[in-house]
Amino acid sequence: MPETNYDQEMAFFVDMQRCIGCHACEMACAECETNGQESMIHVNYVDRSKSTQTTVQVCMHCEDPTCANVCPADAIHQDEFGVVHSANTSRCIGCSNCVLACPFGVPKKMEEAELMMKCNMCYDRTSVGKKPMCATVCPSQALFFGTKEEIARMRPDSVPVNSFLFGKQEVNTKVNIMMPKGTDQLLIP
Amino acid sequence: MAKLPVHVDKLIEDFGPHKAYAPQSGFHGSNEPDKLVKTHCCYCGLQCGIKLKVKDNKIAGFEPWEDFPYNEGRLCPKGVMRYMQNNHPDRILSPIKRVEGKGFVPTSWEEAMSKTVSEIKRIQDTYGKDSFAMLSGVSLTNEKSYMIGKFARVALKTANLDYNGRLCMVSAGGGNKKAFGLDRSSNSWADLKHAEVILIAGANVSETFPTLTHYIWQARDNGAKLIVVDPRMIPLARTADLHLPVRPGGDSALFGAILKIMVDNDWLDHDFINNHTTGFQETIEAVKDYDLDWAEEHTGIPKEKIYQAAQMWGKAKTSFLLHARGIEHHTKGVDNVISCINIVLASGRIGRPYCGYGTITGQGNGQGGREHGHKCDQLPGNRDITNPEHRKYISEVWGIDEKDMPGKGLSAYEQIEAIHRGEIKGMISICFNPLISLPNNNFVREALEKLEFYVCIDTFLSETARYSDIVLAGSLHEEEEGTVTTAEGRVVKINEAVTPPGKARRDGEIIMELADRLGEGDKFSFPTSEDIFNELRVASKGGTADYYGITYQKIVDNYGVFWPCKTLDHPGTPRLWEDMKFETPDGKAHFNPVKYRPASEMPNKDYPVVLTTGRVVSQYLSGSSTRRIGKLVDQYPEPLLEIHPKLAFQYGIENRDLIKVKTRRGEAEFPAQVVETIREDTVFIPYHWGGKFSANQLTIDNLDPVSKIPEFKVCACQLEKTGKKASQERRAEAYQSGL
Repeated sequence: MPETNYDQEMAFFVDMQRCIGCHACEMACAECETNGQESMIHVNYVDRSKSTQTTVQVCMHCEDPTCANVCPADAIHQDEFGVVHSANTSRCIGCSNCVLACPFGVPKKMEEAELMMKCNMCYDRTSVGKKPMCATVCPSQALFFGTKEEIARMRPDSVPVNSFLFGKQEVNTKVNIMMPKGTDQLLIP
Repeated sequence: MAKLPVHVDKLIEDFGPHKAYAPQSGFHGSNEPDKLVKTHCCYCGLQCGIKLKVKDNKIAGFEPWEDFPYNEGRLCPKGVMRYMQNNHPDRILSPIKRVEGKGFVPTSWEEAMSKTVSEIKRIQDTYGKDSFAMLSGVSLTNEKSYMIGKFARVALKTANLDYNGRLCMVSAGGGNKKAFGLDRSSNSWADLKHAEVILIAGANVSETFPTLTHYIWQARDNGAKLIVVDPRMIPLARTADLHLPVRPGGDSALFGAILKIMVDNDWLDHDFINNHTTGFQETIEAVKDYDLDWAEEHTGIPKEKIYQAAQMWGKAKTSFLLHARGIEHHTKGVDNVISCINIVLASGRIGRPYCGYGTITGQGNGQGGREHGHKCDQLPGNRDITNPEHRKYISEVWGIDEKDMPGKGLSAYEQIEAIHRGEIKGMISICFNPLISLPNNNFVREALEKLEFYVCIDTFLSETARYSDIVLAGSLHEEEEGTVTTAEGRVVKINEAVTPPGKARRDGEIIMELADRLGEGDKFSFPTSEDIFNELRVASKGGTADYYGITYQKIVDNYGVFWPCKTLDHPGTPRLWEDMKFETPDGKAHFNPVKYRPASEMPNKDYPVVLTTGRVVSQYLSGSSTRRIGKLVDQYPEPLLEIHPKLAFQYGIENRDLIKVKTRRGEAEFPAQVVETIREDTVFIPYHWGGKFSANQLTIDNLDPVSKIPEFKVCACQLEKTGKKASQERRAEAYQSGL
C-alpha cells in the first residue's frame, strides 16, 4: 500500500436531487486502471415511466462494515481512515456473502474474475490529495468531495446525513447523503 | 455518380460504425503517458477544459483539468469518452475513392487531390462557378472556419458556401442582431450564480449541456427560482420551481403573454425602456390581446402557471434567461428569440451583474464558427457579404479585387433544393453529416445521388460520406492547433495533442493544398495555425465580432479571452452592455413586435399528433463519432418514441411496442417508451441515428424566413401499431444506421 496523505477532513456527499442521470460518473470510474473498465458507481432510474429521477449508488464506507463482518475469508479490509477496500484478491473466495449482506446493495461479484469489487474511494487519487474521479467529473455536483464546512456554506438548504436505520440495524457511514434541513437519520423500513 | 458503390452493409463492415471499447487494463501507456495536453472537449458549445493523455503519439485516456475556470474538471459522459476517437479502428487513415461494386479503396494523396481539382474545374467550366458548392461545420476551429470562408470565395470562387450552424443557432443570431446589433450571449455563465430568477426555454441543459447544470444548481443554493419551459419533464425540470410544458410551437405566444402581464402590472423598468431602447410601444401593441385565456389556448399551459411565471420574472431584481434549439428550430425561430429578448428588455435586467441573457450554442465552435465567414451571407468579423464597405475591407485583407468576391449564396437546405433543380452539380463538404442532421432526409439522399461529383473531408466514413466519390482523410479536434469560441463568447485554445494517424492530414493542410492546386496558393500560405489566427484578427478588426486584441499567448495566460477585444491591452468583455451602448445603428436596444403565428404544419384529423425531436445525453448531433464509442452507444442504444400513457392508451400502445410513425414526408418504426414526462398531445424521438432509425425521415423542411433554420421541433404525425414488439436485434444494430 502506498504512503498516503489522505485528508480526513474531506468527505463524500451525494445529493440525489441534483443528479441528472448522465452517467458521467460511471464512465469516469470505469476508466480507472484498477477497475478493469467496470464502474464501481451505479446510476439507475427510480421509475422512468413516471419521472426522470435517478439514484446514484456508491459504496457508503460504513463505520462498521457489514460486508467485512460477514466475509468468511476476512478479505475485506477497512483502513485507518475508514475507507473500506475491495476484497483482497488472494483471500476472496467469491462466496457473495458481502453482496447479499450489504444493506445498500453495493458490492458486485465480478463473475468472470470470481471476485468481489467495490469502490475504494479512488484510493490512488484521494491518498495523494485529489478528489475521487466520480466527484471530480460530476457535472451537476450531485457527487461532491470536500469538507463539511464547505458544503454547509455552499448548500444552506440541505444537511448531510450519514446514519441509516434498516429495520433494527443502525448503520453509520463515511459517505453522506444530502437531505432537507432537519433530517438527521434515514429510516428504511 | 454519388450513389452508394455497394450495399450499405459492406460499407458498414469496412468503415463502421463499430463500437470501440478501451482494453480492460486501459490503453497502452494510460498509466504512464508521455504527456498530458491541456485542451477542450470536441463536442458542445461549453467547451469544457480537459487534459488528454498521450502515449507514442496516440491518445491513451483523459484526466480532468481542474484549473480551467469554467468547468473545474467537471465533464459529461461524452466528454469523458471523447478521447476514444483518435485510436478508433474506423478511422480513415488515407484518402479513399469510390469504386463501383467494391466500395471505397485507398488511393494516393496525389490521385485524390488531382481528381478533386479536375472535377471542380470541369463542373465549374461547364455549369458556372456557383454550380460547385461547399458545406462546412462549426465543430471546426476559428482558424479552419475562417480559412474555409476564404477558400470558398477566393479559391473555389463560389457563392454557395454554408454550414451546419444553419441547424444550430442562426435563429438566435438573427434575433440578437435585430435587438442588440451583435450576436453573442450577453453574459458569461458567472452571472448565473446570483440571479434571482432563471428562465430556461427550450434548452435540455441537463442532457445537452450537462456541465452548465452546476451553475444553475449553485444559483438555486443561493436562492434562485428556476422556471423551465419545455414540452417534456427534462431532468432539469424535475425539481424546478415552475415547469411550463409548452405545446411545441407555442413559445412566442407564451412570451407575448408574459410581456402583456408585465405591462398590465407595470413590472417594467421605465428608465431603461425610455433611455436605452426603441420600439416598445409597437411591441406591446402587438401583444395587447394576449390575455390568459388566449395564452392557455395557444401554449397548452394552464393559465395559472403562465401568470405565476410572469409574476416571478416580472418582480425579480436580477435574472438570467437562457434558450437553445427548443425555441429556435422553428419557422418562427427568430420570432421566438425576439419574444424572449422583449421580456428581458422590458425588465431592464441586462448589462449588470447577475442580469443576463443568452442562447446556449450547441456545437463546439457554434459561436466562433458563425462569426468568421463560412456562412452564405457573411464575411469575417460577422460582416455582411452584401455590404459594399465590408466587401471592400475583406477583399483588401485577402488581396483580391472586390469585384471577384462572390455575393450571397444559398443556405444549407436551399443548397439541397438547388441540387434537385440541377443548379448545383458538385460539392465539397467538411464536418457536416446532412444525411442525418437535415430534415426530410430522403429528399437529401436523393440530392446526394444527383451530384456529379462529391468530395468529403472527414475522419470517419459518415452516413453522408458513403455517397462521396473521394474522401480526403482529415483531422480530429486534438490533431490540429487552433482556437474556438465558447457559448459564453470566451475564445479558448485547442492544442494539438497528436498528429493525424496514418496518412491522414490536418484539415488546414488539405484546404491549403486544394487552394494551391486551384491557383490561389499565395493567399493560403500559413505555416502555422497561429498565422491563420493573426490574419483572422486583422480580418475581424472593426467588425462586431472583433478579435484583434486577442493573441494565442493572451488566451493561454488568461484561460481564454472574451470578445469583443479590440486592442492588445484590452482584457476582453465577459459581460456586454455595461455601458448601455448597443451595437445597433442608433446605439439602442431594439424591441421588435412579435405576432404569434402557428407552426407550419399543425396537427389535424389525418395527422393528429405533434412530433418533436431532440437529443440524448450520451450522443452528440449526427452521432458520426459518438455512435462509434461503445459505452456511449450502450447507454442509449436506439431511438425511442416517448409517448404519454394517456395517448398510448388511446392506441393500445405499451412499452417496447414497435410503432410506425408517419408524416407527409415519410414513415419509420420506433419502439414506444411510455412515460408521464411528456405532454399528452406530443411524441418525441431523438435524431442521432441514420437509415431506417432516422427521425429526420419524418421532420419537415420548412424554413424560418429570416434565419433559414428548419422546423425540426414541430410537425404532425400519425401513429400506427405494427403489432410487433421491438426486437433486441434492432436495438443492437441501431448505432450502425443501416437500411
